[in-house]
Amino acid sequence: MALFKKGSAAPSNVDTTANAAATPEKHQPWKELGLKEDEYARIREILGRRPTSAELAMYSVMWSEHCSYKSSKIYLRQFGEKVTDAMREHLMVGMGENAGVVDIGEGWAVTFKVESHNHPSYIEPFQGAATGVGGIVRDILTMGARPIAVMDQLRFGDVSHPDTARVVHGVVSGISFYGNCLGLPNIGGETVFDKVYQGNPLVNALSVGALRHEDLKLAKASNPGDQVILFGARTGADGIGGVSVLASETFDADGPSRRPAVQVGDPFAEKVLIECCLELYAAGVVAGIQDLGGAGLSCATSELASNGQAGMRVQLRNVLLRDESLTPEEILMSESQERMMAIVPKRDVAAFTAIVDKWEVEHSVLGEVIREPRLYINWGDEEIVNVPPRTVAHDGPVYERPVAYPAWIDALNADSSARLPRAVDAAALAEQIVEVVSSPNQASKNWITNQYDHYVGGNTALAMPDDGGMVRVSEETGLGISIATDANGRYGQLDPYAGAQLALAEAYRNVAVTGATPMAVTNCLNFGSPENPEVMWQFKQATAGLADGCLALGIPVTGGNVSFYNQTGDVAIHPTPVVGVLGVIDDVARRIPSGWQDEGHNIYLLGTTRDELDGSVWAGVIHDHLGGKPPVVDLAFELSLASALNAASEQGLIASAHDLSEGGLAQALVESVLRFGVGARVWLDEIKQVGGIDDTAALFSESTGRVLVSVGREDDVKFVGLCEARGIPVLRIGVTDGRAVLGGSAGSPSGGTASGDGTDARLEIQGVASWSLTELAGVHGGTLAELFG
Amino acid sequence: MRIGVVTFPGTLDDRDAQRAVRLAGGEPVALWHADTDLHKVDAVVLPGGFSFGDYLRCGAIAAQAPVMESIIKAAGGGLPVLGICNGFQVLVESHLLPGGLIRNDVQTFVCRDQKLIVENVDTAWTNEFTLGQEITIPLKNGEGGYIADAETLKRLEGEGLVAFRYKDFNPNGSMNDIAGLRNERGNVVGLMPHPEHAVEPGFGPDTSAAMRSGVDGLGFFKSVLNSVVNA
Amino acid sequence: MPKIIVEVMPKADLLDPAGKAVNNALHRNGHSEITNVRIGKRIELHFDRAVTDDDIAAATKIGEDFLSNAVIEDVVSVTVEN
Repeated sequence: MALFKKGSAAPSNVDTTANAAATPEKHQPWKELGLKEDEYARIREILGRRPTSAELAMYSVMWSEHCSYKSSKIYLRQFGEKVTDAMREHLMVGMGENAGVVDIGEGWAVTFKVESHNHPSYIEPFQGAATGVGGIVRDILTMGARPIAVMDQLRFGDVSHPDTARVVHGVVSGISFYGNCLGLPNIGGETVFDKVYQGNPLVNALSVGALRHEDLKLAKASNPGDQVILFGARTGADGIGGVSVLASETFDADGPSRRPAVQVGDPFAEKVLIECCLELYAAGVVAGIQDLGGAGLSCATSELASNGQAGMRVQLRNVLLRDESLTPEEILMSESQERMMAIVPKRDVAAFTAIVDKWEVEHSVLGEVIREPRLYINWGDEEIVNVPPRTVAHDGPVYERPVAYPAWIDALNADSSARLPRAVDAAALAEQIVEVVSSPNQASKNWITNQYDHYVGGNTALAMPDDGGMVRVSEETGLGISIATDANGRYGQLDPYAGAQLALAEAYRNVAVTGATPMAVTNCLNFGSPENPEVMWQFKQATAGLADGCLALGIPVTGGNVSFYNQTGDVAIHPTPVVGVLGVIDDVARRIPSGWQDEGHNIYLLGTTRDELDGSVWAGVIHDHLGGKPPVVDLAFELSLASALNAASEQGLIASAHDLSEGGLAQALVESVLRFGVGARVWLDEIKQVGGIDDTAALFSESTGRVLVSVGREDDVKFVGLCEARGIPVLRIGVTDGRAVLGGSAGSPSGGTASGDGTDARLEIQGVASWSLTELAGVHGGTLAELFG
Repeated sequence: MRIGVVTFPGTLDDRDAQRAVRLAGGEPVALWHADTDLHKVDAVVLPGGFSFGDYLRCGAIAAQAPVMESIIKAAGGGLPVLGICNGFQVLVESHLLPGGLIRNDVQTFVCRDQKLIVENVDTAWTNEFTLGQEITIPLKNGEGGYIADAETLKRLEGEGLVAFRYKDFNPNGSMNDIAGLRNERGNVVGLMPHPEHAVEPGFGPDTSAAMRSGVDGLGFFKSVLNSVVNA
Repeated sequence: MPKIIVEVMPKADLLDPAGKAVNNALHRNGHSEITNVRIGKRIELHFDRAVTDDDIAAATKIGEDFLSNAVIEDVVSVTVEN
């Protein structure tokens, strides 16, 4: 076959394995490629000679922090260790694959994962964010699943900084452009503004997919003779070195400028690739599959071979190029988007070709799987790579980096919010409520989410501004999933162990309030430089907190992503562990709305309100203060609370449920009235009495384990009885009252203004203030549009 | 009744449109862009999405697809054709409906529950509605601003060819608040909002009765079943 | 009307999805003689007086700083029509 005959005209300057063996002393740019001296020495030891330039390119990208997890590996292990058999029961694929897979029953499984695209999104926000969505969706597709939804977790700099608008517009329109064009509903996410993210925004993207159990695919090449096929977009000079240079080194304005560091995404090509892959899976012609993302072909070839405990022979000249001037090293490192690599049995190649041709997707056979666990890559007749694939893909360096308790943290913890002045009268409280709910982080995110399609697919049961997104998986039975993500960098800065658990607890609660049962966890751990021992301490604490928390809640971590080097100069971002919780619901028709829909319902506050204002939105927005200790986390209580909500939902006792978190009760009340335009009368007396707290704490405390629930009068007795039997503190704090017709320019109810017919309602907090819903919709809904619209 | 739903590469709402046909009581038939055979369908839906990436101009490349040759011919013979969003853009690029659709005046993609007024009920796709009826249909597009020259607009208004108009709020800067059009014969209708996203309780737009309970979109698909039966 | 025309193209070594899609469509329509399509932008800056050398210098700078994104695009020409 012509495969290994082609390319006799290989340029004479190609660095072959023979040449490498003959010229051991040749200087190599290992340092420029991001390798450390001992890492380079280890590569020489593995190979018994110096690496060729192509091998050096492969090792350097695959051993980069981004691909090898070398600084985080020793801590990530605990996600696999701190688990019980019960936690493994529904886990079909755990950590280490492209994404974890969870059995949700009825023969269905779901796969989900969140990943960062932080650094590219600062350089070129539009393409950075767009390709972030594309990358995570391909991870999901690779598991054999049809992607069914996306979410995004965004953190930007201060709204008043001149550069923030550039990043916000670019990122939001990039996600809107790519996600909408893929036909995946965007069902939720987070947007946070904080000056700590000014020079280093965080753009995390989550995708979830559904598959039948039997359709599960793994990224492995194990059968000798199977063909290695690259298909999708052509390979160009996109993001060469991006993976090692961009994600593993701190920004340096005067860095080397060679090939473009960014990748350009083509969502149309990806949409076609999705449909094409699903048709290939259905035809049963794919034995193994891997997407090409960070580290491109270097990663796909070495991982497929290593996972399959086999080897591979590859003819690099067969890669279809967009730019013929690419060198073999560049081809191996290219991060061109919308490409996949399939392992196809020889007998199925014709069927494979027919399907990719139907979708007008280009493909080329690069080589074949071999029994010997060795990766051979040729450039024409010249052998340029000859390595054990495992040493590239899995046996990279592992660091136990120095850890140091931060010198500043005791002083930060001692600086409690207790010293901050509190409002002395009702007028001042009312003013603070308005200030909080209209602040950029607490205001409606409609200006952003209205740019995302949440309808496509016709299966969206809940989406923003609800606490969690929910999508139907089975049209026959209504079986569905719910996902919520959370992270609070301010809490993370005060106490990274508690910060991670607080994120977990909130995401867990957000899933529970939709009526779903939490089942599994994914995470995206955004931190500063691992070479800073204090950052490493934060990372150690956060991972321990998360692993311990998952064990306490009985839900496993199924996968995730670590993003280090999120800092500007020496200043790291706040530790921002984004935690995503996936829940399952037997019938999405049973889902619980997040706001009030009916008049005359009783409003209950579940849980205990303590005076916990350290790190709160109130401390930040009203006093520009961050200090003290974050709220207490009680995971055992979160478990009971979730199970009580589930029981109440199954018995159809609750009309709505909304989680209390940032901004406390005040925020939850405003969101609940604005969701559907139903007003309320609320009183704080019992909350203050039971908790021994004042108005400020009652309104703004961020005590965990709390949910606002509305209940029809006929279900009152049953509901209160259910809570009491389960030891859930329950206080009746108000009634829903009056209906407004909200609408207008911002689209969904909570963002608009009253229409011309004059129907309105009010939110009255007795003894504090009373607002018309139109007024509240204006202050809560208008902020982002005013800043960025 | 067999209702064809065309899939171009980059089409997104084809499965939603098929579901809508099914929920209305019809039988959805998948049609492929590269196939000129319409498989004896009684009507055709061109669903939303980004056909061929919407590169060059929205709908421009799709309008050249083999299936469109057959559809244009059949539409001339009275076959009911509904173009939704990108499908509307394809109809305009195919010259089955006049005018053009340009980038929203707000310069961003817009996804919202949109109130519409039904301006014309004498078409294959609107006969279930009453004249002047207010319906709520999800709208989601980046390039939905309807434009036409003064003469065309005058003709559209004069001949009653405006099928739907935006109510209360014009989301994309469309001239005369035009959300959708019909052709002279009434068999071809195109609109930017997405009726296939308002056909199933629990997954449609919010109404004052309940969350996501709006099913105003069903009327489009029931209409065509009526018209096919009566034809 | 005097005008300066700034032409912006996607960088030669970056993917141009629009160009690729149009190229494929042309091939489907039988124009296999066309080997590649790239799509850029033509931006006209209008003046109500004659264009000066300073204007051209300013337009070039505007082209590089604002009309194009240097990360993914190049200004390929700045020309004058007086």
